[in-house]
Order: sequence, then C-alpha cells, then structure tokens
Amino acid sequence: MERVMMKGNEALAEGAIRAGCRFFFGYPITPQNEIPEYMARRLPEVGGVFLQAESEVSAINMVYGAGGAGARVLTSSSGPGISLKLEGISYIAGAQVPCVIVNVARGGPGLGGLTPSQADYFQATKGGGHGDYRLLVYAPGNAQEMVDLMGLAFDKAEEYRNPVMILTDAIMGQMMEPVVLPPLRTVTAEQPWATTGKQGRKKPNLINSLGIVGEELERINIELQAKYDRMAAAEARYEADGTAEADLIVVAYGTSSRVARSAIARLRQEGKKVGLFRPVTLWPFPQAVLASLAADGKRFLVVEMSAGQLVEDVILAVNDRAKVSFFGKLNGTVPTVREVYDRIRSLLPEGGEG
Amino acid sequence: MTYEIICAGFGGQGVMLIGQLLAYGGMLEGKEVTWFPSYGPEMRGGTANCSVVVSDQPVGSPVVAEPDGLIALNGPSLMRFMGSVKPGGVIVYNASLINEVPEDRPEVRLFGIAANELAEKLGNDKVGNMIALGAFLGLSKVVGLASIEAALKEVLPERRHHLIPLNISALHKGWALVEG
Amino acid sequence: MKKIFAYPRALTQKRTHYCPGCTHGIIHRLVAEAIDDLDIQERTIGIAPVGCAVLAYDYFDLDFQEAAHGRAPAVATGIKRVHPEAIVFSYQGDGDLASIGMAEIIHAAARGEKITVIFVNNTVYGMTGGQMAPTTLPGQKTTTSPYGRDTATVGYPIRVCELLATLDGPAYLARVSVHDPAHIVRAGKAIRQAFAMQMAGKGFSLVEVLSSCPTNWGMTPVQALSWIKEKMIPYYPLGVFRAPEEVTGDDV
Ligand SMILES: Cc1ncc(C[n+]2csc(CCOP(=O)(O)OP(=O)(O)O)c2C)c(N)n1
Ligand code: SF4
Ligand SMILES: [Mg+2]
Repeated sequence: MERVMMKGNEALAEGAIRAGCRFFFGYPITPQNEIPEYMARRLPEVGGVFLQAESEVSAINMVYGAGGAGARVLTSSSGPGISLKLEGISYIAGAQVPCVIVNVARGGPGLGGLTPSQADYFQATKGGGHGDYRLLVYAPGNAQEMVDLMGLAFDKAEEYRNPVMILTDAIMGQMMEPVVLPPLRTVTAEQPWATTGKQGRKKPNLINSLGIVGEELERINIELQAKYDRMAAAEARYEADGTAEADLIVVAYGTSSRVARSAIARLRQEGKKVGLFRPVTLWPFPQAVLASLAADGKRFLVVEMSAGQLVEDVILAVNDRAKVSFFGKLNGTVPTVREVYDRIRSLLPEGGEG
Repeated sequence: MTYEIICAGFGGQGVMLIGQLLAYGGMLEGKEVTWFPSYGPEMRGGTANCSVVVSDQPVGSPVVAEPDGLIALNGPSLMRFMGSVKPGGVIVYNASLINEVPEDRPEVRLFGIAANELAEKLGNDKVGNMIALGAFLGLSKVVGLASIEAALKEVLPERRHHLIPLNISALHKGWALVEG
Repeated sequence: MKKIFAYPRALTQKRTHYCPGCTHGIIHRLVAEAIDDLDIQERTIGIAPVGCAVLAYDYFDLDFQEAAHGRAPAVATGIKRVHPEAIVFSYQGDGDLASIGMAEIIHAAARGEKITVIFVNNTVYGMTGGQMAPTTLPGQKTTTSPYGRDTATVGYPIRVCELLATLDGPAYLARVSVHDPAHIVRAGKAIRQAFAMQMAGKGFSLVEVLSSCPTNWGMTPVQALSWIKEKMIPYYPLGVFRAPEEVTGDDV
C-alpha cells in the first residue's frame, strides 16, 4: 500500500473527500486554515463545492442546509469559531441532520492564542450549545486516524442522523506523517428523510427542531436519548497499550497521548510497567473498560493540555475504585516527554517523589 | 531505534524542505516518521524550525525537545538548540553565518560547513540547505542518500523538478565533505 | 521654528509587529496624529479588531478594549452609551468589518451611533495567511480562491462606503488611500474630519483606507503600493460619500 506524507489538517480534508464529502463551508481561522485551503483547491477537481462563508455562524447554517438536503458536508474551525457554531450545532442535533465538524483546537478562553490546547473537551463532549444533545466525538491519535476516523465519522453521522465532531489540536493538524489513503468514494447513499423537493412523495420531508405543540418536545427528547443510548452502547472506541500488566496507566488523547507514548517507551526500557489508555471516542467515553481496569487495582495518571477536563470523565468512570492523578498544561505549550516521564516516575512505587 | 532531528534557520533558507526530505526519505525506507513545523506567530520573527522523528516504531511525540541531530543554518538557531542536543549527537552548522560556536559541547560531533560559499560555487546560492543536509546524512547515516534523492521528486512541486539534479549534486557535495 | 515632524503623543514607543512595507503602521500614525491635533487623547477609547491590528492596543497610548472578531462596532456602542463624552473609535480590517462583522457595522451606522470607524481594506485576511475577503477583487488569487476570485460562484466584492451611504444614519463616509505621500496627507485629513464629526455630535463616521498587504499579495512593498493605485482604486473609487453640508469634498 502506498504511503504518502500529509499534514494532519490535509489528511482530514482528503479523508473527507475520499469518504464522498463534496461540500465544505467554513471561515478562516488559525490553526486549521490548511483544511479550507486544501478544499478550495481539491473540491472543484472532484465536482464539489467549496464556499467560504461570511462567518462561522453562517458556515454552520450552510452545513445545516446541505446536510438536511442529504449531502455529505464538512465544516472546520478552531475554538472561537466553534463557539459561534454552537447555536447551529444545537439546531443540527435537534433536527437530526448528519454532518461532520472539525475542531483543530487552540488555547482559550476568548481570543486566546494559536498554540495547541485540549481545553475544548467539555465544549465538545458535554454539549456546548443549548439543550440535551450529544455529538459523537472522535479524537485522532495520528495522521492515519485523521483519514480513517473522518471516513467513519461520515458513515456514523448518516447511520445515526447525528452531527459528529472530530476534536484535534494544532500539533496534530500541523504535523506531517505517512498515511495510506482509502479509495475515493463517489456515490453515497440517498437519504429518504432529506429535503429534495417532494418528488412524488405523499408526505413532505421536514427538517426541524421545534417541538412546541403538546407533548412534541418530550417525544423528540425521548427519541434523541434513545439514540444516544444506542450510540453509547455501540460506538465507544479506545486503544489500550500494555494496560493489563501495568502498575500505572496513563490516560491521554491526541497530542498528549503522543507525548505520553514517548515517556512510556523510556520507562519500559527501564523495566517499569506503565500502560497507555487512549480514548478514541471522547463521547461516548469508553468508561466500562476504565472501570474494569480500576477494579483490577490499577492507578491512573491523566495527561491533558488543559486545567483538567478529560480527568473528570476518568474520575467518573473509575468511581472511587482507583486513585486518579492529573498532569495538565495551561500555557499553550505541549508537555515535554521529560516532564511526563518525571511525573510518571514520581507516581511509581519505587520512583520516589522526584 | 528512534532518531530525532531539529532543522532550524531563517525563513527562506529551506529548513522546512530539508526536514521534509528527511521524513519522506525515512518513510520510503519503510520507517515510521513525523515532521512538525514551527507555525503561526513563531514564524513572524523570521526564524523557522521543524522537528523530524525517524523510528522503527510508531512515533510518540512529534515535538522534539532533545534531538539526536541538529542542522542549524544560522546563528540564532545554533544558539537556541545546541544545548539540547543529546550527548553522542550530531550538529551540522552553517559556518558561512556562524563565526564562533557559542557553547562547548565536547560530547557532540560538531561540523561546520560554509554552506553559502559552497552553494555559490555550485552556481545557486539557494542550495546551501542541501549541502548541510548531505553533510548531516554523511555523519548521522539516519537516512540513505538514495532515499533523499527519491524524496526530492515527491517533496518538490512539479514546477521545480528541473532543479532536482542541482539539489542532488549539492547533497553529494555535503556528503563528500564529511566522508573525505 | 515650526516643528513639522514629531512622534505622535497618542502612539507608544513600542515597535509594531507589522510586516515590512505594510501600511497598517502608516494608518496608526494618521489616527494618532488626528487624536493629537484634536487634543482628545485623554478621552479617547479605542477598540481593537481581530486581524493583523489585533495588537493595536500596544501601539496606541489610549484606553482600549479588544473585541471578538467583527464585533467592534457593538463594543464601541456599549462604551459610547456609557461615556457619551468620550471619543470612541474602532479600527477594523475588511474581513472583520465587511464579512463576519457586517451586521454590527450596518446597524451601528443605521443607528447613527456616534462613533468613528477606521476601516482598513487590504482585500485579504492578512492575519490568517491571505484568504479571500469580501473585498478581494474579481480574479484575484488568494489561498481560498486559488484559481482567482470567480464572481460566478462567490460573487462580487463589497464596496462598504457606497453600501453604508444608502443609510440615513452615517454623518461622514470617506474612502482614502495611503499609497503615496499626497494621498497620505489627504487620508490624514479625512481621519481628522471623522473624529471632528464625532466631537461635534453629528453621528456615525467611517473612513475606509485602502491599504497594502505585501506579504499575502506576494509582492514587494513598492509593487504593493502600485497595486493599490492600479488595481484597487479603479474598483474602490476614492472620495467622500457622505458629509454634512458645511464639510465639502475638498477637505479630502
Ligand atoms: C470567530 C473567529 N473566527 C475567525 C477568527 C480568525 N481570524 C483572525 S484574524 C481574521 C481575519 C482578519 O482579516 P482582516 O479583518 O481583513 O484584517 P487584516 O489581518 O487583513 O488586517 C480571522 C478570520 C477568529 N479569531 N475568530
Ligand atoms: S500580513 Fe499583511 S496586513 Fe498583516 S502585517 Fe503583514 S503585510 Fe500587514
Ligand atoms: Mg484585511
């Protein structure tokens, strides 16, 4: 299989095209500009549409329209832009419109900075917009997963009629790695619920999130929650590396997991038993596996580029059965391998409090 | 084995390119590789650098803090990164722009080449980066010369393919400096 | 002896981060000179945009608030309503003002909000690396219009002064350029006029300044200045689009 080098952002873009996505609506923001710029060049080559919207508010509503009309549609942004998109995302979730939204996260709050961050975890996994809704959230761990999870995201979005988010960060987006690209999919399934014009159908198709009449809103929410339960039962994904024999398990995703992997490799060379647990879906969170690891007496260290967001899900999952430590970075820099190495050592029984 | 490299210099000296060639060359040899550039506001200062990792195993951190190898094409880069090079590592620096090495690193192999003058002799002052890369490959042997040559076709845009022969002779020039 | 060149008091000594040949710096200077001339430094409040001028607050020795992308006119409105006696101005790029912030600028202008807007039109999103802006010229190549702006699919550039001139709210609207010394002098006058209008309580004032972005246009600073003259001015004619009767076009 031929490997090509791609930037994470470009891998996401090409991954979407390979998955049959032919519509992109977005607005420039660093550090995700390679995605719209790639799409501006590439989509016309495959007969697709790239449109730069006048704002993220507008971009996400173009997505709502295109997704509701049955197309595979992508948008991407970074923190401040995703915040603006939340209104639209809530409508999209409520109206059960499939689409894929990428957040190449940068440091916040407010205008923040351009450096990588994982501080949008809550926003991605706990709603963010108004109402009881959930996004399926993927966190790629390398460029290959940028491609593969993008393909999966489109399939799952359609399967569940639900918006899917890919949450990554500036490092993952800028980094180049080898990827193997899947074949180009051109034809994607027709969506019987989509607005296409009635075309002889008896009943018009309606894309809507309003539930103002009678018990309507409760019915919508019961239906949504049933769907989220199905997703939670079927869609959790993770990578567990050496967790069974480990004394201590590092929990991390995205860039943090990469740094942790290097630190763990060093420790293993010294004979230390350290594992890596990497959630690939941030929602649904793979909590059952963590719970059983906790029941086996493991200890956990959560490494994050935030003040502590993922760590809350880990604490919930282990539910007092295990000790959970935390190492976070707030200054927009990536933790160094040495920092993580030192922190893990200090937690290991014979490591002392270095 | 995992080998970590930082390539650094002024914007326009082609440090991103030699970093990409290292990564691409490594990939063509079946290795796991990453390339990570400095970006955004960091670039505004006019300096650029990238991290490259070449490994037999899946790469962990793409951001290199303690490199095995450093290619520094200007003074500020050497100043900034030379202290972090691992003992036993390799540093190739551009002696055309660096008169004095700022630090004593006896446990590191330091090699200065007059990249600018050598490039001019080859008839194109833009290929100093390739000469430095050639020298670095000669010292570190991290990726084979043939793989870098093959990578040129993939990394350079089509409209610059006519420059490939020149780039290859620059690579060989650099390699010969350390072999000779 | 008359001093003809002095460092404006309303600027700090800080070196700007703008690229070589970028005219944002000249425009900063013109704004500062107007503030000095009118002696309003102690009561002026600026609003910085999201764009290359995001750090404007470092360069002006004035109270400042930094706004979210495009929202400066709304922030300015809030400030002006709290301090009607203050002189409030926003400094915004074309992406900030004419794209994401189009609603805010139209409504501030329609309300006749007594603020001054310095609108820097450089036809691209400078800060994010040269993407297409609402002011990008037909056929112009940018990173998100790699084949050139195709008006059949993405439409036409927006002429902000002309658009706002359809409203009754604005008191003063002018378009100027800074591509050569003579035009810089005229631009300075227009900016001063805009502030004077606010001081007189007349209403909304905006000066659109045609500005260069050599970095993202892929040009030398000198080429960029002639590009303003040869390409931008024909599409964006200079002049005064709205002014009270006592102010004539000759002032600009
Ligand atoms: C909500 C939001 N979307 C996007 C951005 C990214 N962004 C920063 S500056 C900018 C455009 C700046 O262009 P312009 O207003 O023309 O100013 P210039 O840099 O050209 O002076 C954008 C899109 C942001 N900071 N916030
Ligand atoms: S990118 Fe363009 S607008 Fe921004 S500082 Fe540089 S030249 Fe000026
Ligand atoms: Mg602009």
